[in-house]
Amino acid sequence: MRLLTGNDLKTGAVTWWTGKDWSIHIEEAVNVSGNEDEIARREEAARRVNVPYAVDAEMHDGSPRPSHIKERVRALGPTVRPDLTLKPADPEIGNWVI
Amino acid sequence: MYKYDQYDQAMVDARVEEFRDQARRRLEGKLTEDQFKPLRLMNGLYLQLHAYMLRVAIPYGTLDSRQMHALADIADKYDRGYGHFTTRQNIQYNWIRLEDAADILADLAKVEMHAIQTSGNCIRNISSDHFAGAAADEVVDPRPYAELLRQWSSFHPEFSYLPRKFKIAVIASEKDRAAMRLHDIGINIVKNDAGELGAAFYVGGGMGRTPMIAPCINPFVPLDQLVTYCEACLRVYNRCGRRDNKYKARIKILVHELGAEEYTRQVEEEFAHLLEQGVEPPHDELMRIIRMFEAPNTDQTAPNDIDRSDPDFALWVDRNTVAHKASGYVSAVISLKPVGGIPGDATAKQMHLMADLAKEYSFDELRVMHTQNIVLPHVRKADLHALWTALDQAGLGSPNLDTVEDIIACPGLDYCSLANARSIPIAQRISERFAETGKTGTLGELKLKISGCINACGHHHAGHIGILGVDRKGVENYQLLLGGSEAEDVSLAKITGPGFDENGIVNAVETVTTVYERERQDGERFVDTYRRIGMNPFKEALYG
Amino acid sequence: MADTLRYREDEPVDHPAVTVDAFLDQSNASAVRIEPGDDARELVPHLERLALVEVNFPAFGDGRGYSSARILREAGYDGELRAVGDVLVDQLAYMRRCGFDAFEPDQQLDMDDVEAAFDRWPDVYQKAADTRTPIWAKRHS
Repeated sequence: MRLLTGNDLKTGAVTWWTGKDWSIHIEEAVNVSGNEDEIARREEAARRVNVPYAVDAEMHDGSPRPSHIKERVRALGPTVRPDLTLKPADPEIGNWVI
Repeated sequence: MYKYDQYDQAMVDARVEEFRDQARRRLEGKLTEDQFKPLRLMNGLYLQLHAYMLRVAIPYGTLDSRQMHALADIADKYDRGYGHFTTRQNIQYNWIRLEDAADILADLAKVEMHAIQTSGNCIRNISSDHFAGAAADEVVDPRPYAELLRQWSSFHPEFSYLPRKFKIAVIASEKDRAAMRLHDIGINIVKNDAGELGAAFYVGGGMGRTPMIAPCINPFVPLDQLVTYCEACLRVYNRCGRRDNKYKARIKILVHELGAEEYTRQVEEEFAHLLEQGVEPPHDELMRIIRMFEAPNTDQTAPNDIDRSDPDFALWVDRNTVAHKASGYVSAVISLKPVGGIPGDATAKQMHLMADLAKEYSFDELRVMHTQNIVLPHVRKADLHALWTALDQAGLGSPNLDTVEDIIACPGLDYCSLANARSIPIAQRISERFAETGKTGTLGELKLKISGCINACGHHHAGHIGILGVDRKGVENYQLLLGGSEAEDVSLAKITGPGFDENGIVNAVETVTTVYERERQDGERFVDTYRRIGMNPFKEALYG
Repeated sequence: MADTLRYREDEPVDHPAVTVDAFLDQSNASAVRIEPGDDARELVPHLERLALVEVNFPAFGDGRGYSSARILREAGYDGELRAVGDVLVDQLAYMRRCGFDAFEPDQQLDMDDVEAAFDRWPDVYQKAADTRTPIWAKRHS
């Protein structure tokens, strides 16, 4: 599957296209295969996202998991500061990233 | 240290307003991201892996307590309570919002700080010796010259759209404590036989994909022609540096492709022309700046003896203090490398503490080392125990300067969108391994540097042991390099062979130190033994 | 094409600019266009023939034109020096300092932004090709 991702223009937060808006939670991301360029262009022009691009992902335990480790770090936060990630209390999160 | 006059203040204030306007135009859509990017980069604002990242300039690594307090306040108010000190003596914040950026710059301007030209294809922060003004071996304090060049390079109308970034280092000693030969321009202030001061210019060094050691293109430029000579070097680069390929655009490639001789010829030709254009500030300006760097009013009667009865304190004194030109004083190094910690990171609380300690014990001055530690340059020996006690309580008292625990690491894949592999966990595991086995002391001086990608922000080419993180079919892999040095014995490290996974690289580092222990002769550091016996014994131990 | 901004009193040249090669061959052109890869110093022996030098910026990130401009002013050229192409309002102040006195950007510039750009800097740190006094001169006058 392909996910569309970018950054929020104002806050810089990493965001994922949910089908109707942009969320910081990758669990809400949808498959955009085939439509990625059109959505990216429209959303960027409206400034609802900054520098969007598409990444490969697979479903994993019911949620999208990017194929590349860099995108997984990006989705979650720095592995060396679990307290600063989106899932500070999740002990399994290291495995999800790495 | 340098203090702004009304001109300097007006310039940073104008820059804040310029950026505020640019950010507004971006948020309103009047600027595209492509148009905005070089503008925000020239104010140190990156769009990074997790958020915007702001790199604040700490000119030649020098700051006072008021400024360090302000950096701590910014971490608390706008970021997540910490900052990262970098391999170019700057500080970075990783969780910045574009909508706050202009306010942050305004807060910085209030304490004579900025983020001007800390990124982008322009002249970057000018670095210098972190022991400047204190080191007994310096010819002169190099920082006034760095300050002169900082002003010359700020908002330079001709050199703000260079082929690529441009990094300058200025030192004034035979010992190179600023990796001067690995910069685009390295300047070493020297004395000639007549006792006159001049600048030896080394142009075309760098790390990254193609590491190179800068050749000396002029061994003695008179100091009253410093700016003119720099201008000549930059103009030849701006005109002739490659613009067809981002990875071949640094000046080191130009010097390499033209040859040092031809590059020098062009610079000298431009220099002769520019000498007639009146670009050099007058001698009075240099004297005005030099007066602000006068030596601190040290106590001539300060005692030299230190009570070493506390063994932990004695160890810290032995490892983390450095001789000072004034009797009864030392420079003290605050380690930002606790075992298992994140190299170069400091919490806001720690920054506030370091500021207070600087005010109390170091004539209100701190330095940022390019090796990501903090220096209190002028500390009375008699105050060391009180200082160390405070540092130790705050997790800042690790006695590991220049040891295998004193690891230089870029932020790596945990923070950086350019990275191929995580560097911080490797640093953590290595320091833990050596602390566990108790080998840190026996190994002595061992400079270990880790980069998470080929851009080499961790300076791995210049490590006695270097580690380069790569992407091997989507999996992190680590190459081991040996024999580099950033000091006056500058050399580029060589790769040992096939790379290792995360566990493997930690073991590999331990393996090569075992070879060193076995083979070393009197007084040899790791890098000395490597240079004497060569790569083969290490290769054998690693790969069988 | 957007409006040309011109900060000179004299009459603009009324014929198109030729390339550097063509100019060096011809004897009657008084307007030349410098591309980023051209060496502005080739024009220095012929400055008295020139009333207009256009410096092309095909991409605003390519800063070679700034050196070309300054080189010409240092050589004594006092005709029109026009920055052409991908010229954004954020480059105007530096361009002016390098000696440009006319601008022909691809995209129309907002005149309020232009005015703000030229008024931005209360002072300057370097001596360049404009007449602004550097801070170091003001400190020690």
